[in-house]
Amino acid sequence: MAAPGGFSGTDFRKEEAYFLGFTQAQVMAFVVLIAFLLISPFFLYPVFLMKLLCFALFACAFNLLVGYVGLLSFGHAAYFGMGGYLTGHAAKVWGLPPELSILLGGLVGAALGLVIGWIAIRRQGIYFAMITLAFAQMVYFFCVQAPFTGGEDGIQSIPRGYFLGFLDLSRDLNMYWLTAGVFLAGFLLIHRIVHSPFGMVLKSIRENEPRATSLGYRTDDYKLMAFVLSAGLAGVAGGLKSIVFGIATLTDVFWTMSGEVVLMSLVGGLGTIFGPFVGAAVIITMQNYLAEFGAWVTVIQGAIFVLCVLAFRRGLVGEIGNWLRVRL
Amino acid sequence: MDDIFGIPAPLLFGQLLLGLINGAFYALLSLGLAVIFGMLNVINFAHGAQFMMGAFVAWMLLEYAGLNYWWALILAPLLVGLFGVLLERTMIARLYKLDHLYGLLLTFGLGLIIEGIFRNQYGSSGLPYRIPPQLSGAWDLGFMFMPIYRGWVVIVAAVMCLATWLVIEKTKIGSYLRASTENAALVQAFGINVPRLMTLTYGAGVALAAFAGVLAAPIYSVNPQMGSNLIIIVFAVVVIGGMGSILGSVITGFGLGIIEGLTKVFYPEASSTVIFVVMAIVLLARPAGLFGRA
Repeated sequence: MAAPGGFSGTDFRKEEAYFLGFTQAQVMAFVVLIAFLLISPFFLYPVFLMKLLCFALFACAFNLLVGYVGLLSFGHAAYFGMGGYLTGHAAKVWGLPPELSILLGGLVGAALGLVIGWIAIRRQGIYFAMITLAFAQMVYFFCVQAPFTGGEDGIQSIPRGYFLGFLDLSRDLNMYWLTAGVFLAGFLLIHRIVHSPFGMVLKSIRENEPRATSLGYRTDDYKLMAFVLSAGLAGVAGGLKSIVFGIATLTDVFWTMSGEVVLMSLVGGLGTIFGPFVGAAVIITMQNYLAEFGAWVTVIQGAIFVLCVLAFRRGLVGEIGNWLRVRL
Repeated sequence: MDDIFGIPAPLLFGQLLLGLINGAFYALLSLGLAVIFGMLNVINFAHGAQFMMGAFVAWMLLEYAGLNYWWALILAPLLVGLFGVLLERTMIARLYKLDHLYGLLLTFGLGLIIEGIFRNQYGSSGLPYRIPPQLSGAWDLGFMFMPIYRGWVVIVAAVMCLATWLVIEKTKIGSYLRASTENAALVQAFGINVPRLMTLTYGAGVALAAFAGVLAAPIYSVNPQMGSNLIIIVFAVVVIGGMGSILGSVITGFGLGIIEGLTKVFYPEASSTVIFVVMAIVLLARPAGLFGRA
């Protein structure tokens, strides 16, 4: 499995923590990110921004697994979509408040991740990708048939409700602040996980699993834990998306969605902290402006895949970091 | 003779036949995937798209060149195989030194491009392709009517699988192939052009997918999504069988088709998920797959 260049990210040996585990360059990038989150809703359409943030969180969750453990899951749509359905169902049918509904979406994603991950981590590399894809397709077929998902129609007109009982989320700007808050919390949580002792073990598994095993780590437990965390955060992202758009459909559990999140992470840079956000921004913006070209969007996405794999394996953020000689 | 386990016999045999046909396609496609993976260490995600291309090329040959099914059966695999050779030379060959997952991502992108182009050109509703006159009609087997074309598909697929097995196990070029799978550097040291062997293997695997596509054209309508829906199931088949053995993938392919067909009779709600359930059970009991090497 070990390959020259590795599968993810650039590893610079000298890594100095500057502030809360961030390097100096990362702090600067983080300040830019915060400034963007604060200023953008006054210049850009909030609904577009919220879509971007939901997918950015989804991509960050996916990147936790592929970038730091080296496990390429090709079925993350299952957790994203299932989280979306459960959140939608909880908010609409059970009348739960949005924060609880989203939490429930995350829990369902994590539970599903526990079951699928437990089986999938028995194989590595390409097999792992195929197994996760196959299970995601099984979840898709389940969602086509299950009564609570509404089949082809999906769950529609999900109420946004009131956050903590008082903040009216039907106003787009309020909804935006909640979305930005959830995204930021997820982003920082992933950063914390990656820089914890637990995260160090994950990275050692990525680099050399037999060696991590020989050092006495039960690598399967670590991989499963990372899988559950990633799936749970993907579920939160899906739930957030349901609340924002008031709709949960089969598109979100279909394999094309799994492909899209892979693309976002790849474009931004696998194994970089800011890569998934940048990648999601690029892909969502592209979909927004190219929507009128219909099926050509698929062709363009495929072309980006090919281009990234052949020429830009570090992704945008990885390339910039490599150019500036810093980790981003 | 009318009822078997409380199920009307025609229904049971009808679904069994349908399962056998699906199994034929699983077998042909997983065989191609296994051959490509064995040699190139690349999982060819574009396999579904190339299967679809086979069906479309057959349709185009009839529509634009007036060439019938029998010509398509020869020409479509050749043309799509050549296209595969082109892909391997220009792109896939650049990734051999990298992590195998890059090959998966590249071919996934290629699959998206191919499918998207065909969807733009021909829409997603599907085009009809007629069963050739020599194979239309049905045989009366006494207990059921068997459409001749369906029988033909099962037989031809089985023959094709057997031929592939013979080429790999019993011929000179097959022995080179097996040797390169074990140790490519050593085979190259003996003066065999391994890169060309890899190109040809990819071309042959793609041609096999296109051949399956031509067989499928008269059964399913020719549409751009016909491959991507199938390929995920084929991935599960490959995981269940393990990619170590050629005959293993053939047996697994047909076997799972039959299991799927039987599920349609006894518990139709689970028919679309049964293969994935089998995959989960196999992974729990025998993670390397039924015929795989750990």
